[in-house]
Amino acid sequence: MIEFADVHVRLGERDVLRGVTATLAERRVGVVGANGSGKSTLARLINGLALPTSGTVTVLGMDTRRHAARIRRGVGFLFTDPDAQIVMPTVAEDVAFSLRRHRLPRAEVERRVAEVLARYGLSGHADHPAHHLSGGQKQLLALCSVMVLEPQVLVMDEPTTLLDLRHSRQVAELLREMPQQVVVVTHDLPLLAGFDRVLVLDEGRVVADGPPEESLARYRKLMA
Amino acid sequence: MTGATGLTGAYVPRSSPLHRLPAGAKLAGLAAACTALVLLGSPLALGGAAAGTAALYALARVGPAAAWAQVRPVRWFAAALFALQWLLVGLEGAAVVTLRVVLAVALAGLVTITTRTSEMMAALERLMAPARLAGLDPFRLSLLLSLTIRTVPVLTTLAGRVRDAQRARGVERSLRAFAVPLVVGALRHADALGEALSARGLDD
Repeated sequence: MIEFADVHVRLGERDVLRGVTATLAERRVGVVGANGSGKSTLARLINGLALPTSGTVTVLGMDTRRHAARIRRGVGFLFTDPDAQIVMPTVAEDVAFSLRRHRLPRAEVERRVAEVLARYGLSGHADHPAHHLSGGQKQLLALCSVMVLEPQVLVMDEPTTLLDLRHSRQVAELLREMPQQVVVVTHDLPLLAGFDRVLVLDEGRVVADGPPEESLARYRKLMA
Repeated sequence: MTGATGLTGAYVPRSSPLHRLPAGAKLAGLAAACTALVLLGSPLALGGAAAGTAALYALARVGPAAAWAQVRPVRWFAAALFALQWLLVGLEGAAVVTLRVVLAVALAGLVTITTRTSEMMAALERLMAPARLAGLDPFRLSLLLSLTIRTVPVLTTLAGRVRDAQRARGVERSLRAFAVPLVVGALRHADALGEALSARGLDD
């Protein structure tokens, strides 16, 4: 459960979010809006990467202002550019790096890494240098590094922007299968097919909030 | 695909005695070997060291391409060093100094391509444990090393993109047109990487 209560975010002279109030309890939530509408900031608020100037954001029952570190253990975050998320030189090492804080026995780490790489089709690349993967494979690796922690909530900020059609479809399929609550910020409207709810942001305000068909119709009008 | 790419620190997975050796032992061996290189004063002795290094590469079963990739980045530096030393101290002295540098790089490269970064990080953390007394976190120090290795290919890709953009705009000779977007891109990457580390819970 994610709750925004009258959230304002001001960066310098600019009001990025203006009084956002919403409770997100659905399994699949999409966020769309023009560039600069505040949607990436909204995503970053969910795991405390950004903090509200006023108002509160409550995630998994905790205030992000006071419990950002604890919230991040339960909220995975996937960025647009996978290159910025990959920390270790090889694929398996990068996934294992996520588990470092858990101090698990080596055999358990190897088991979990192998399991998540198999799930996302990267088993054959375990020992490969991460920078030799294609853009789509890098995004899958970033996803593996998040999913190996089995987060309760997954936030994705434009996950398909740098992907080709095949990898975008793969991400869409994976999204459908995930048991977690997923919040996706995107310009890729087909990705939101089958979602439970879509929020439309415009100049820092939620201007539409409902089933995908209704929200996306409003968004298309807004962009016309 | 298992090719090494020199400074990018690509681990080359193989089943060899060198791969199985603990990272700490390899680092200690590297330190000892580099000390020995400094002590060896004749081209003949350094030729023997070169043969030993080649034997170690053969033992690691990484192939000549991976071996060449380790020393390739210093080839121009080595050539310039050899030429300068030849002028200053003569042919024998130039051969000795240049061989020392090239062999040290080759040995360091051998450690890199036979050791996973995670194993290297764990060994360095143990080695740097006393740094805690000075208030330093050994994990963060070893993470710094890992990020440095990981950042090399990222910056290489970025530099390639900037060069392509320069060519497309016909300003390939402008140093400023190359340096400014490269620095801005590198800073943006550093920012994004910091945020990603926070998102992965590494700012606890």
